[in-house]
Amino acid sequence: MKSILRSALLATALLGLSALPATAEDKPFIIVQSTTSTQNSGLYDHILPIFTEATGIEVRVVAVGTGQALKNAQNGDGDVLLVHAKPAEEKFVADGWGVERFDVMYNDFVIVGPKDDPAKVKETVGIGPALAAIMNATAPFASRGDDSGTHKKEVALWKTAGLDPSGASGTWYRETGSGMGATLNVAAGMGAYALTDRATWLKFANKGDLEIVYEGDPALFNQYGVILVNPERHSHVKAVEAQAFIDWLLSEAGQSAIASYTRNGSPLFTPNATSTRIKPAG
Amino acid sequence: MNFMALDQSAVIGQADKMKPAPRALPVRLSGVAYDVGGLRLIDGLGLTVAPRRRLALIGPNGAGKSLTLRLVQGLIRPTAGEICWGEHAAPPAHSVALVFQRPTLLRRSVLANIRHALAAYGAPRAGREDAAMELLEMAGLADLADRPARRLSGGEQQRLALVRALAAEPELLLLDEPTASLDPQATQAIEMLIEAAAARGTSVVLVTHDLGQVRRLADDVAFLHRGRVLEHGTADEFFDEPQTQEAADFVAGRLLL
Amino acid sequence: MAESPSALSEAFQLLISADPALTEIVLLSLQVSLTATLIAFALGAPLGALIAVSRFPGRGAVIAVLNALMGLPPVVVGLTVYILVSNAGALGPLRLIYTPTAMVIAQVLLVAPLIAALSRLTIEDMHEEYDELFRTLRLTRFAAIGTLLWDARFSLATVALAGFGRAIAEVGAVLIVGGNIAHVTRVMTTAIALETSKGELSMALGLGIILIAISVAVNAAVGVARASGRRMAAI
Repeated sequence: MKSILRSALLATALLGLSALPATAEDKPFIIVQSTTSTQNSGLYDHILPIFTEATGIEVRVVAVGTGQALKNAQNGDGDVLLVHAKPAEEKFVADGWGVERFDVMYNDFVIVGPKDDPAKVKETVGIGPALAAIMNATAPFASRGDDSGTHKKEVALWKTAGLDPSGASGTWYRETGSGMGATLNVAAGMGAYALTDRATWLKFANKGDLEIVYEGDPALFNQYGVILVNPERHSHVKAVEAQAFIDWLLSEAGQSAIASYTRNGSPLFTPNATSTRIKPAG
Repeated sequence: MNFMALDQSAVIGQADKMKPAPRALPVRLSGVAYDVGGLRLIDGLGLTVAPRRRLALIGPNGAGKSLTLRLVQGLIRPTAGEICWGEHAAPPAHSVALVFQRPTLLRRSVLANIRHALAAYGAPRAGREDAAMELLEMAGLADLADRPARRLSGGEQQRLALVRALAAEPELLLLDEPTASLDPQATQAIEMLIEAAAARGTSVVLVTHDLGQVRRLADDVAFLHRGRVLEHGTADEFFDEPQTQEAADFVAGRLLL
Repeated sequence: MAESPSALSEAFQLLISADPALTEIVLLSLQVSLTATLIAFALGAPLGALIAVSRFPGRGAVIAVLNALMGLPPVVVGLTVYILVSNAGALGPLRLIYTPTAMVIAQVLLVAPLIAALSRLTIEDMHEEYDELFRTLRLTRFAAIGTLLWDARFSLATVALAGFGRAIAEVGAVLIVGGNIAHVTRVMTTAIALETSKGELSMALGLGIILIAISVAVNAAVGVARASGRRMAAI
């Protein structure tokens, strides 16, 4: 009886393991290292089925901060990188981890804050004065603080404005160290201002008392780029399938799929691929 | 009760099957001492357990009877002195069985308890089930084979522990107050099992406070007091002519202080 | 909280609609955590029993470390497993990153110390009671461990449940090594984290309610099996 039970346990464990859809290569798939903002916006749920339908290639998205996405891709834990931090992306390619970077689409960042706008951000013109108003009012501001694309952007904006909020960290300047959604939850919970990409904001369901208090400065432009992880660095990269995905994103079909993703009639991302990739000979 | 209708042929059959085991008898203890926490509980104990004899170890509480049993079983090693089992310095495997006053039964069925012991004694897997049932029948527990062992009555538990010990076909069976706090019927059942084992040639050492039981079961008596053997002889001699005042007092039922 | 009533109705609607996406997530959660618990039990319980019956120098330290490992932070386990199974890691060639297998490995590491520590505690008490019997039976250590594991089976079932509870409830490890990939490695907890980050708090809470319900159901199932088994074995 004992041994029967033992073997039953063992069999269950083995069955459980073998039944797991592990690395079985029955259907080709690629892994895309991407950002929480794109996933939280719902874009992938919209465009990926179209691509898979057309090519039979499954796309598995790992959504983390841009910093971690870059690091994961560098470890070879992905075939494609789709993020929004142009300088870091260019360095990634320059260091040989990626093959080439292409513009895919953009949206823009906005500043959200409480409706009653205690820092009077709505009355300011230009992103610099807007940030200065928050700082001067020592109104709570929720920063990503996670080395993500959005965080890198925010840090750059403060710097351009000649301001340094880092000394106030822990007082009015709150670094959440989490994803976009989690940071917006914090902002909604404590009535703080926050920098977010528009797509995430439009899809975000827990807006609470928050609304857009500043938008439109050209400096808030948010460009997304796509990179093939260098197969010369990581031989297991599925270069053919990954390249097919990148080509599709940059193609007419991919670009119109991005454009067709809307919320209340307005698109969340604007496709802006400048050129389709020219395939190297051979 | 079916254990009274002991199947003699089965018993003899079992004796015939007994393999030529290494001889553990006689067990000789000489000058044995045993300390617990700096306290000498056994001191200069000398005793011989002879083959095919039934020896009762008696004496007041704290005389060292239970410790002596554990020493004879080899569970504990003496602090000083010497014990030898026949020609051996340690008891040959499974030649000496010990039944505790409050036996530990496994959390399984009655039958599974015996099967477990048979496995421990190296009985071949194929014959275990039959051998176990045979032992349970001997104990009158066959009908309770599938019952949880720990749900048995005190007497039934003691009988189970006794046949579990006999499963090893030991040369020497050690019993620590096997019938303490049992009613007369249960006591009789145990005594019959002990007598049956003795009839098969198993030597018995019995610790008991029941002098009636000593008269019924024992060939020899060793009287222990304060970690020493004060008297050692046949049961008749002991009861008729105790050599020491302590033994005389004990037999007469007076308190030994 | 305004979310609470809508979360309940969200949970209810999810359940009655038998949403295939939800079913998939629930099944994967159960599969990963049950597999991990079984493997962790197969490793942890004998290890706990071995420590319980053994006396060796440094035993106290081993037990202290084991007890401390019960509280191993899932994120640390996740990170460690990530470093191992990442394609740049030692087990990289096995291509385990972002697979349910990687999640199972992480949860095994998370749960096995808990099971070992609790088994050690349970078995040690029982061994104290059985020790003299074992010595009169001259059981080998291996046989003694087998006997103890079997006789402690009902207590060990509770130990396994504690392990399962820890596995099914953790998010830190599976998120890192699984990647929360839709239809591949998304389980209840990572789905809850995702819905929270989308600000869909009712949905997140609804999933949470279902997760709790599953845990209760598994516990109840084992509890019933245990009670009836115990009645039969009667301990």
